[in-house]
Amino acid sequence: MLWISCPTCGERPVGEFRFGGELPHVPDRITDPDAYNLDYVWMQNNVAGITTERWFHAAGCRRWLTLRRDTRVDRVVPG
Amino acid sequence: MNEFVERILDLPWQEPKRSYEVVIIGGGGHGLATAYYLATRHGLTDVAVVEADYIGSGNTGRNTTIIRANYGIAESVRFYQRALELYATLEEETGCWIMHKTKGLLWLAHTESGLRAERARTLMNQAMGAQTAMVTPEEALALCPHLDLTGGGRYPVLGGSYHSGGATARHDRVVWAYAQGALRRGAHILQHTPVTGLLRDGDRVTGVQTATGPISARIVMSAVAGWSTHVADMAEVRLPIRTHPLQALVTNPYALGFEPIVASSELLCYVSQTARGHMLMGAEFDSQPSYSRASSFEFLSSVSAKITKLLPFMADLRVLRQWAGICDITPDYSPIMGETGVPGFVISTGWGTWGFKAIPAGGEAMAELIATGTTPAMIASFGLDRFARDHAMADQGSAGTR
Ligand SMILES: Cc1cc2nc3c(=O)[nH]c(=O)nc-3n(C[C@H](O)[C@H](O)[C@H](O)COP(=O)(O)OP(=O)(O)OC[C@H]3O[C@@H](n4cnc5c(N)ncnc54)[C@H](O)[C@@H]3O)c2cc1C
Ligand SMILES: [Zn+2]
Repeated sequence: MLWISCPTCGERPVGEFRFGGELPHVPDRITDPDAYNLDYVWMQNNVAGITTERWFHAAGCRRWLTLRRDTRVDRVVPG
Repeated sequence: MNEFVERILDLPWQEPKRSYEVVIIGGGGHGLATAYYLATRHGLTDVAVVEADYIGSGNTGRNTTIIRANYGIAESVRFYQRALELYATLEEETGCWIMHKTKGLLWLAHTESGLRAERARTLMNQAMGAQTAMVTPEEALALCPHLDLTGGGRYPVLGGSYHSGGATARHDRVVWAYAQGALRRGAHILQHTPVTGLLRDGDRVTGVQTATGPISARIVMSAVAGWSTHVADMAEVRLPIRTHPLQALVTNPYALGFEPIVASSELLCYVSQTARGHMLMGAEFDSQPSYSRASSFEFLSSVSAKITKLLPFMADLRVLRQWAGICDITPDYSPIMGETGVPGFVISTGWGTWGFKAIPAGGEAMAELIATGTTPAMIASFGLDRFARDHAMADQGSAGTR
């Protein structure tokens, strides 16, 4: 199971957190403003590998944090 | 014949051709059914299904095999009703025994708001011709005498809905039935052949790149479930999909005759009995996206805690196996089928945790699209363009049970 290290509360189980999504990144090739907005709102990079994401410590300090996770093995990676 | 000795499907070795009319990426239920319906409904057999591993190694061989049409919105109910019909006659049509069994699905509610949701679903189902009716706690008990109506004092059964069309079928046999039907008519199935890129000619997709060389095609379809984003990336098509693991488990056998399928959308878990007597259980998908197929003890303990409150006899059973698959989850819990905006490239994805039941209808519709070039009315509202048109197909009927 995934454990997340919260800057305030320390190492806590994933069940206490809410996943807040990858940091949105619209590809540079999308320059049309409507296409840009569509991508920003709906599309996901859904990376198989290391992603940078936002998490909310819902059952803890109730603060947001940013972490890097390897989605192939579902583990937090340093950095 | 011993019914439970799995038959090994004899897939003849086929020398891959350099070019096909149609190449389908992904030998799961959706890819194979599309090949089957292209051959049987449209006489199109110059088709290759290209599978990275062995056929059925993805979610189609890992799911809990629940087939139902009691969805929440009109377009879905109509679509899944079509799938139910095709499943019911698939044995007759293919001559393959898929162990299809209609056993009904009992969907329990434990709160007033849960009951309201079941009522809304029931009315929508009835309007669209799906067999669903509200039941009282006593009627629920008559349908499933194993129930504890007090829910262990925690999850009292206030009522629910009963979907008499609910069924199960053996997942591997569905894979084999479609594979065999397509093969016999001349389609090729290339196993252990991962697609590593797409061939392009300007905008157009003109084939696939594999470890054993390029294969060109007039049209390429992607049906790769959890890997959909990866393959769509090769065509620069962006998808609103996140890949989440979904786990399941089975217990040792219990006396046969446990019917119907029992589910609770408020508890987010469901259970059915396999033909061998194993109790087969599932629940919600892991909340964070990942491509990991690891099983977790947290899943096991949370499902067991809930299910044994509703069905106390299950506390005496033991867990035999636990596993996971990686599911292509859309933001509106509806599938994405059809054109992508890139000529020569169509997709069937967003099957999430609910796409086994859809295999016949999804395959039939995608085959029609590929053969005729026109999107069938049945799936028109499930296109990728719905997000740009602000027409998301939010369907809570997908979640809850599978
Ligand atoms: C535990 C669990 C329980 C479920 N329970 C139910 C249920 O009760 N009822 C229900 O209706 N649905 C259920 N589902 C969902 C259902 O299993 C899936 O939606 C459905 O099987 C998807 O079929 P598919 O053909 O799209 O994908 P898959 O069967 O996953 O097939 C995709 C194939 O693509 C291949 N592939 C991937 N990348 C490549 C590549 N680059 N090149 C070549 N091939 C590639 C994979 O190896 C795989 O074989 C469940 C899923 C899980 C995981
Ligand atoms: Zn915290």
